[in-house]
Amino acid sequence: MIDLEEQIIDSGQHDVFNWKELWRYRELFYFFTWRDIKVKYKQTALGVLWVMLQPLLMMIIFTFFFGRMLGIASEGMPYPVFAFSGLLLWNFFSSAITNAGNSMVQNSAIIKKIYFPRLIIPVSSILSAWVDLLVALILFIIFLSFYPVSVNILELFLFWPAAFILSVVSALGSGCWLSALMVKYRDFRFVVSFVIQVAFFLTPIVYPVSKISYPFLKYILAVNPMYGAITLFRVPMMESAVDYSLVGISVLSGLLMLTIGISYFKKTELYFADLA
Amino acid sequence: MKPILDITDISKKFLIQHQQLPYLNFRDQITSIFQRDSQQEEFWALKNVSFSVQAGESVGIIGRNGAGKSTLLKILSRITPPSSGKIVARGRVASLLEVGTGFHQELTGRENIFMNGAILGMKNSEIKKRFDEIVNFSGVEKFLDTPIKHYSSGMQLRLAFAVAAHLEPEILIIDEVLAVGDAEFQRKCLGKMEDVSRSGRTILFVSHNLDAIESLCKTSFLFSKGKLIDQGPSSDLIREYISHKENILFQSVALSEFTQLEELSFSSYSLISGSSLEFHIKLKTKNNESMKMTDLCLLFYNYKKQRVAVYDLRNSFGRFIQVADGHSYEGKISRFNLIEGFYYVGLYYGVDAVQHDLYDLARIQVKNVAQDANIKPYDIQYRGFVELI
Repeated sequence: MIDLEEQIIDSGQHDVFNWKELWRYRELFYFFTWRDIKVKYKQTALGVLWVMLQPLLMMIIFTFFFGRMLGIASEGMPYPVFAFSGLLLWNFFSSAITNAGNSMVQNSAIIKKIYFPRLIIPVSSILSAWVDLLVALILFIIFLSFYPVSVNILELFLFWPAAFILSVVSALGSGCWLSALMVKYRDFRFVVSFVIQVAFFLTPIVYPVSKISYPFLKYILAVNPMYGAITLFRVPMMESAVDYSLVGISVLSGLLMLTIGISYFKKTELYFADLA
Repeated sequence: MKPILDITDISKKFLIQHQQLPYLNFRDQITSIFQRDSQQEEFWALKNVSFSVQAGESVGIIGRNGAGKSTLLKILSRITPPSSGKIVARGRVASLLEVGTGFHQELTGRENIFMNGAILGMKNSEIKKRFDEIVNFSGVEKFLDTPIKHYSSGMQLRLAFAVAAHLEPEILIIDEVLAVGDAEFQRKCLGKMEDVSRSGRTILFVSHNLDAIESLCKTSFLFSKGKLIDQGPSSDLIREYISHKENILFQSVALSEFTQLEELSFSSYSLISGSSLEFHIKLKTKNNESMKMTDLCLLFYNYKKQRVAVYDLRNSFGRFIQVADGHSYEGKISRFNLIEGFYYVGLYYGVDAVQHDLYDLARIQVKNVAQDANIKPYDIQYRGFVELI
């Protein structure tokens, strides 16, 4: 008989990050993501169109109130482009962390019956939100090509991937952390929807950060990693200069959140089946 | 050769919250910082369990409800960690703790096969290779592209078992899968499990269906109150389990505030179908007071928890009876005509205005009736519950 791989099961307090196991279960990332997407668009009239419509409609509303009526400046780009680009990433972030937060509780039936690396569940729900982002991005690119705005293509290929990576990193950190918290404390979901609403206005999505006159306040806002992601995403369309020290703060805080989120998740992971 | 499964000193502790909240609440957590009343009690679901299983062996796990069987399987399948101890598994472990977990109602049968296979640890390529086999086994070919919310529960179950049955782990853990589904399907499942064990894989099987354990597993482990109390050949162990004094009635059962069931015993725990069975019931009242007994029935259940027979004791006792302390009843069922198998004995009673069912107070094994040598009896699943003569 061939010598089979040996697995050791014990109280598991020394658990380190098990990349090997995650790799072995890599197909499950795909299957959970695929299921989330599939289920979301079953029995919907508009289907994928909905993902495109959502930022578009919000953009129109914000353009009307903020751009036209309040005349808010927009970093040297047309306000609709400014708002759309911010909403695009923010929609991804908010739906990613909402879905990820609920994901462990929603899948508790599976968690209680079958073992697989638990991290797959919140990560997959973030991935499925990311697929939505890609769909909405198509609409944004069409929108850009029709709108009289100069886009620096070289910067686009450089900064957009960076923006996507940073937004995924921040969604991963907070999403995993929230999902672990929500298994333990169910009333967290009310906190989450409230925090997301507040964070929407604390993130320079519909107003530019240059509007803020206190430099100290700028640094505080930059602690939100989505600030960095949205700013990086806007660079190719922007005419004014970017304050990269603020972006740097965002990147650092995003990485910090990722570390905290995943390690908290790993720490509580073992007992999910007992709690859920 | 090293055993494929080495279990050393496994214990599992649960903390029982006496506040009886369904889940932790952040608000309560915050308030509890200020009022420290530790309403927790330790409960050991498993205590110092050690055993090992050789490769290719099929072992049964036997014990009452709450003996720790399911906890053990959950630890083995890594769903929950043990509080202490260590398990070494030399091979892939897959568990079938409940068929159909991971099925999504909105997805079609085809999609669910892939999804469920992946959750159970199959590779996409493996599922593709075995797809036709799975579909054939399940018998739902016609509805493959229909969302499974339109399936009957039986169809869902067949599909789920079909996927699970085509797993190829070295160690397969099965918990009470056969408690559902019709007889035909159960026979198919058992056949499949026999194939699996013949192909050299290791099976750990928990079931209340002692017949299935006896036919499938050579050796078994007997659990009681979180401890492994015995191990040995399945047939011996099952006989011990059903007739062991401690298992018959491990402690007196309170029937009402004033009345206790002290003893329920039978003349035999392993009898031939159609023979007679004597029983002994002993009741005790608090402070030797008298009680009002309105009903008393012996209930017989099969392993699926279906009630298959009732023995009404009212006729022999009269409808209203006064019982003094230590009063006991003897009785005799003159023809115990249930077909062969294992049965759980329960009790229905009405006493002091309390009416209630008790389940699994004792177990009885019924063996095949001595047949005319020329007639071979039909298979058990075709014969119903009662041997009519």
